[in-house]
Formats: sequence, structure tokens, C-alpha cells
Amino acid sequence: MMNNRHRRLATFSALGLSAALVLTACATTEEAPEADSGEELTPVTLQLQWLPQGQFAGYFAAQEQGYFEEAGLDVEIIPSGGDIVPQDALANGDVDYAIAWVPKVLGSIEAGANVTNIAQIFQRSGTLQVAWADGDISSVADFEGKKIGSWGFGNEWEIFAAMAEEGLDASTVEIITQDFNMNAFLAGDIDAAQAMTYNEYAQLLEAVDPETGELYTADDFTVISYEDTVGAMLQDAIWADTERLESDADYQETTVAFLKAVIKGWIFAAESPEEAAQITIDAGSGWGPSHELWMVNETNKLIWPAPNGIGYIDEAAFDATVAAALSAVNESGASLITEEPPASAWTNEYIEQALAELEAEGFDITGDSFTPIEVELLEGGN
Amino acid sequence: MQAATVARAPSRRTRTAPPASRARARAWGFGALGLAALAALWELYKLLGPADGLVIGEVRVLPRTSDLAMPHIWETAGRLFEPVTRAEGARVLWLEVAIAASLTLGIAAAGWIVGVTVGLLLALVMQRWRLAESAALPWIILSQTVPLIAFAPVVKSWGSRIEIGAFEWQDWMSVAVIASYLAFFPVAVGALKGFQSPDRLHLELMRSYSVGWWQTMRYLRIPAAVPYLLPALRLAAANAVVGAVVAEVSTGLQGGIGRLVIQYAGQASGDPAKAWAPILGAIALGLIAAGSVALMGALARNYRRTEDAS
Repeated sequence: MMNNRHRRLATFSALGLSAALVLTACATTEEAPEADSGEELTPVTLQLQWLPQGQFAGYFAAQEQGYFEEAGLDVEIIPSGGDIVPQDALANGDVDYAIAWVPKVLGSIEAGANVTNIAQIFQRSGTLQVAWADGDISSVADFEGKKIGSWGFGNEWEIFAAMAEEGLDASTVEIITQDFNMNAFLAGDIDAAQAMTYNEYAQLLEAVDPETGELYTADDFTVISYEDTVGAMLQDAIWADTERLESDADYQETTVAFLKAVIKGWIFAAESPEEAAQITIDAGSGWGPSHELWMVNETNKLIWPAPNGIGYIDEAAFDATVAAALSAVNESGASLITEEPPASAWTNEYIEQALAELEAEGFDITGDSFTPIEVELLEGGN
Repeated sequence: MQAATVARAPSRRTRTAPPASRARARAWGFGALGLAALAALWELYKLLGPADGLVIGEVRVLPRTSDLAMPHIWETAGRLFEPVTRAEGARVLWLEVAIAASLTLGIAAAGWIVGVTVGLLLALVMQRWRLAESAALPWIILSQTVPLIAFAPVVKSWGSRIEIGAFEWQDWMSVAVIASYLAFFPVAVGALKGFQSPDRLHLELMRSYSVGWWQTMRYLRIPAAVPYLLPALRLAAANAVVGAVVAEVSTGLQGGIGRLVIQYAGQASGDPAKAWAPILGAIALGLIAAGSVALMGALARNYRRTEDAS
């Protein structure tokens, strides 16, 4: 009888083990890139700065609508979501292009990263600081002595730059590190929480107010937009490897082709936000449909209209970001950067070429007629 | 009736122990009871605990009892049977979590196998050569102090450069490597201790038969190491799961449970119950991993005489 039991156990263990092995095998096939679809496509990797979501709708749209393939590119979009820092991955040579906020990369450039901003996709800052409407915070000047939420990891510099303008330094407030959600703010641990127009602000509007049993509304909150302060900094930009831009003719050519496809993707997202939202959901965004659509719509607002053409780097805005970055000092007394970045930090050379070609092909590269849609958020972003 | 059985419990490991099926039923019963007690504790605290939790100094000792921080058990359970989102074709939440958990389990299993292999080899080498033990053991211990947050991007970065012929490094392999990095440690240390555990008497007997190192290993040291190895393997399984979940988050791998934890944590303000689903999935994952190793342990029963009943 003992023997019998042993044999049964052995079978179980063997089953468990083989199940595990099969699963790993499945993982292999699932994760395999769909490389061999085209003949002579140039492989390109693009590192995002977070999980797939509406913030990156244009890149996923370019992928799904086949714009990359038309441009002769086989693009692999690599999400982050943890300790992968896009500009570091780019500087290390792991990827060909990266999406990252300008101030964070300025810090990396000063630390030795050799990367160049080749397209300023977001023309405006989407960062907000949200407080309760019935509280006593209505501007950055009111932050003094308050508990101010921030995600840290380089997302905090707009706060410190805006405070510096008001004569406040980081020691006058209590900086509280925020989670991935707005629970700390809703629970009262934070007086004013950092929020992106396209994400966390929507999370608030999707949450149920326990007092009324209904969703919170915009009237419940005071919203401070950093775009209206001198602390505003440029956000999502496409970064390329500086050395390869200088020496590698193929890379230069790929860069223009890549930018053209990306712009077409963003034009698609502006014209068909519903479809773009669906594309990002299919790309693995776990958000509900109303949240995703909100995200695409708000992201569009940060991009369009783009008077100089989408992606064109406005020198004045770039300089303002540098000035804000120079002025900002964080809670431990450290500065983001201590000197002006090198001239190689940005170039309009490739985006100008891409824009000129697209304009000649009849694309609307400025989005003059862009009008955002109205999105109704449902509970939990569903 | 239960009470009588419980009262008799101390006379463990006698020949008159209850038949295996009843013992197993009882183990399951206690397991279920534990779960029910946990659920009851949750609801009881939610009902009676201070609404604002308890903060001592700067440290939160007890959580708030709001629906946001602690959704009702039945809400969390009910949420499992609703679709992930309203989107067309969205899976039921428990299925989504189960699929993600099985991917992570597969990666953790791969990491466990690699980790156990490496750990055993290291232990063998350290047992064979004293010098190797003095040289390697401090480094093995030191290796576990490297924070994952520093380690993960490096593994991913190196991995992405590996391309040998048709073989191309996959992202999940980086996660498996990190899981194995956490898994090899208890095996290396435990196996070494086990290999060194036979009595001098037995070793000298072997020598008097002029038995070589390999045969001594096979007939004496390996059997003697089993009681040390089993806990080490179980620890390695737990470490592999933790390593896989954390490394998924760290390297941004899609599809696993670690990714779901992050993704749904972001949605916790509007859908508090949803955020608990992947956490439950991760717990189930750990139990399955530890359980599989326990099953393996049952196979090696003959070698476990010196081990205390656990």
C-alpha cells in the first residue's frame, strides 16, 4: 500500500514538474517577437517609460496601423513599469529610441548619458497638483507647511521648480511619496497630490465618494496645473543615441522614417481617439475603456494643436525647462542639474525633415482643427 | 467529535496514527479553518477597528478600515467573478489572474530548476575542496545582499545582448535568472551543510573500505543531506516565486502576476476590490510552489528518518 502511495505521489510531482515545463515552453513561444513577417525591415526598438497605456497611443497606433512597416521598420515597443529607466536603456545601447521626460533626461545627461531629444511630442506639461476644493490650497504659494504628494524618481522636479519661483524651498513642505493610485490623497494622508491630467486625475473622478455614494466630480477638487507656472517642464520626448546620430548614416535615415511613422500614429490618435484607445487596450493596457479613452483624449490635448508641427522642439520652451531644472532643489538639498546641458541635448534636424516630407504628402502636422472629445468616466474607469 | 481527535493529537508518529486519508482530511480541515479565521479577523477588524487605523510615531501599525483600504471579503470574492473591464472580450477576473499566475509559475519553476542545479553544484564543489568553501561561501552570502532594484536592469541589459545563432534571449529569461539568483542560495548553503553532516564514524568506515569520494558522496553524503535539502528546496521555491514576481515588476515583463499587481494597484482608487485579486493570485502561487516541493519531499521519505516531523 505504501508503495502505491509513493507511486501516486511520484506521478503528481512529475505532473507538476511537466506542467511547469510546459508553461515555460508556452512562455517562450508567446513572447517571441513577430519578426519574420517582413522581408527587409529594419529592426528598431523603442523603450517606453511606463506600462502600455493611452499616453503612448500614437506609438501603438503606428504599430497597429502598419505605419512603421510602411516606413520599412520592424518596431518592437518595450514597456517599462519598474526599474528600467528609458534613457539609461538607450545610453547603454539596449534600445534604439526611448520615450522620457525632458527634466529626467537632463539629469542623466549631466551624469554622462549621451542622448539627444529628436522630437518633443508633448508640447505641454500634463502634471497637476490636486487638492480638496474645501481645503486651503489654491496655488503653489499655499504649499508651505503642507503635505505634498509626489511619485519621486524624477517626477518631482516641476513641484520644486514651481515652489522655487514662489520663494519656497523643499524644506518648507513635507514631501510624501505617492503610490500608484490616489488612495493616500483620498484618505487624507496627502494635502495635495501629484496627478497627470490623463491618468491620476481621472482616477479621482472614477472613485466613489463614501459620503454621497456617487463618483467624485471636478467640483470636489482644486486643480493646480504646472503648465500655468514657471515650473512647467517638457515631458514625453523621443530620445536617440547622440553618437549614432553623428556617425551612423543608416541610423539617421531610420530616425527620419521612424519619426514620420510616429507622427502618423499620433495624427491617427487625434482623429480616431476611440480606435486608438482600443489599440492600447489590445496592446496590454489593463485600464477600462472609459479611462483609456480619457487618457488618449487628454494626451491629445498635450500634443495638439502643435503650431510648429508635432514634435518640433521649441527652443524657448526647452530653455525654460532647463532654467526650471537649474532652479529646482529637492528635499535633500540636491539639484537636478548644475549647468546648462550640451548643445547635443536636442536637435530639430530630423523632425524638420520628417515634418517637411509629411506636409508634402498632405498630412496635417499642426492639428489646427483639432478638437478634443468629451469623455464620460465610469466607476473604476470601466 | 473534533475535540476528541484534537485531544489525542500529541501522541504523534506512533504506529496507531490515524489512516492517511483521515489525517489528510484533517489537514485540509484545519487549512480551511485557518482561511475562515483569517476572513473573520479581516471583517471583525473592519467592523470594530479604529476608522483611521493606528499610527505610532510615523509608522502605520494598523490599516484604516475604509472600503478603500480594506474592501469587504465578499466584495473581493465577488469581483473575482466579474469581467476585468467592460471592454468587449474581457476575461473574468479570476481567469485573468490565473493565466498571469501560471505564466509566473512557469518562470519561477525555470528559475527554481536553474537555481537548484547551480546551488547543488556549488555545494558539491565546496564539499570537495575546502579551499573552494573558504573562497566561495562568503561571496555566496554576500550575493544575497545585492538589492534586486540594482540587479534587475543589469540582467535585462546583458540579456538583451545575448544572441547565439537561432537562440535569442527572451525577456522572461531575465526574470527566471533573477528568480534563480534568489533560489540558489538556500540550496547551496543547505546542501553543503547536509553533505558535511555524516558522522565521522560513517566516514571512517567508508575510508576503511577504501571507497572513493564519489561513492562516499553517493552512498553516504547525499542520503544524509536529504533532511537538509528538503527545507532548502522549499525555501528555494518560495524565493523563486518572490524573485519572479518582483523581477517581473522590475524589468517590466508583461503577462505575469507581478505586472497585474502593479497595474491593478493603479486602479485601486476606483475599484478597490480589483487590486486584491492579483495579490490573492500571488499567495496561491506561493502555496502551489511550496506544495509541489512538499510532494517531492514525500518521494524521498526513506531518507528522512532523522528529520523531525514538520
